[in-house]
Amino acid sequence: MSAPAPQQTFQHSHAAHCESGVIGSLLRHHGANASEPMVFGLSAALAFAYLPFIKVGGLPLVSYRMPPRAIIKGIRQAFAIRFRFETFRSVEAGQARLDDLLAQGTIVGLQTSVFWLPYFPQDMRFHFNAHNLLVYGKEGDEYLISDPIGDVPVRCATADLNRARFAKGALAPKGLLYYPDNTPRAQADWPAVQRALKKTCRGMLAPFPLVGVRGMRLLAGRFAKLDAQHSNTGHFIGNVIRMQEEIGTGGGGFRFLYAAFLQEAAQFAPAEKRTALENMAERMLAIGDDWRAFALAAARMLRGRDAMNPQHMADLLRAQADREEAFFRDLRKLAA
Amino acid sequence: MRIDEVPQDDNPSLGGYRRAVYARDADGRMVLAASTGWEVEEITNQDAVEQLNALANETRTRVEAGLTSPLEYWMHVRRMDLTLLAQNAGLWRWRVRRHFKPQRFAALSPAMLERYASALNIPVAQLVRLP
Repeated sequence: MSAPAPQQTFQHSHAAHCESGVIGSLLRHHGANASEPMVFGLSAALAFAYLPFIKVGGLPLVSYRMPPRAIIKGIRQAFAIRFRFETFRSVEAGQARLDDLLAQGTIVGLQTSVFWLPYFPQDMRFHFNAHNLLVYGKEGDEYLISDPIGDVPVRCATADLNRARFAKGALAPKGLLYYPDNTPRAQADWPAVQRALKKTCRGMLAPFPLVGVRGMRLLAGRFAKLDAQHSNTGHFIGNVIRMQEEIGTGGGGFRFLYAAFLQEAAQFAPAEKRTALENMAERMLAIGDDWRAFALAAARMLRGRDAMNPQHMADLLRAQADREEAFFRDLRKLAA
Repeated sequence: MRIDEVPQDDNPSLGGYRRAVYARDADGRMVLAASTGWEVEEITNQDAVEQLNALANETRTRVEAGLTSPLEYWMHVRRMDLTLLAQNAGLWRWRVRRHFKPQRFAALSPAMLERYASALNIPVAQLVRLP
């Protein structure tokens, strides 16, 4: 009797964020005890960046997390795992390699465009090239796909998946596929948690104007200068909210994910720090709620339920920056 | 966010999908919960979709007025911009821009039309006219 095919043993999991979801699923499939929040936290993926010189659809980029592939790269040390990354020049070579790996029973991670995936809802399909998903098998002309954004596995025709893997443009995936090269460590430990906490604190408290709490204050300054009457003001604010709530779960979502990480990480902490970490988790949860209140205030202005008031949005954002600054200063002391 | 506060607003743009969010359950554990969407997400997402649709509709009017070619219309329908279309077709941006001129577009070779059609993933017959 041969071992059951991976198609049978692989477990799809629903996740808040594609990259942490994919890596969590992969690690668990290879025997590690890695929840999505642990993967997100241990790879120090939480961040804030306001990059006015990078335009997305003509509007400045605002990100609430580290750039694509930061999780895949950031998780390696904590679980002592290596990944093999392969990109391809031609669609044919990319497809042949994927089919080959699937035939060997490998669960393969892919970077794809969102726009060309037919199972995505029409209104969610934009040209964003750094989506992550897992392929766990192929039946006839259809790939069996575990997309962590969906609550159930899906299928995708070969031609469609090829197009999504070889989409052009910013962050073009070039057919990127990846899979673990060795068996991961079964558990994370306190030193790994400590390292990740310190790294996130360093990013959030960095002395550079565009990132962390300073990035929030800079963006608040931009808000305060907006003209409430100008037609673009709504789009500018709406875009910040959309990046927060829509694109890969965004600000509130990432803060909740981080809160879940802090709570789970507490079990690895030395006994005297456990309660303190659990309290930090509660505080992060409250910060996530404040981000949601920020988004709600903006949405009400966009829909004309409240008067457009950029100054108020600036004040809310500054308050968020103050709260996160205090939070990460305390967290840094705990991680020491 | 408590688990009973997880929004269930049935966002049409999620097309029946459910989003995963982390929330606090009655025992204080942070757990995964499925959400059918939040109205705030719907508002900002629809805002973005409407902007793209408005762009396509405006281009359609210009095609009808003979000011641009159907190529520009289909580019917007596919939610692309000039840079992305040029990258997908493997052409310089200035060449694509020239093909927005109706006379030039009408004179394109079948091979060039095929190139645009595959970049946009639509049949050639569809590319050369408005729907």
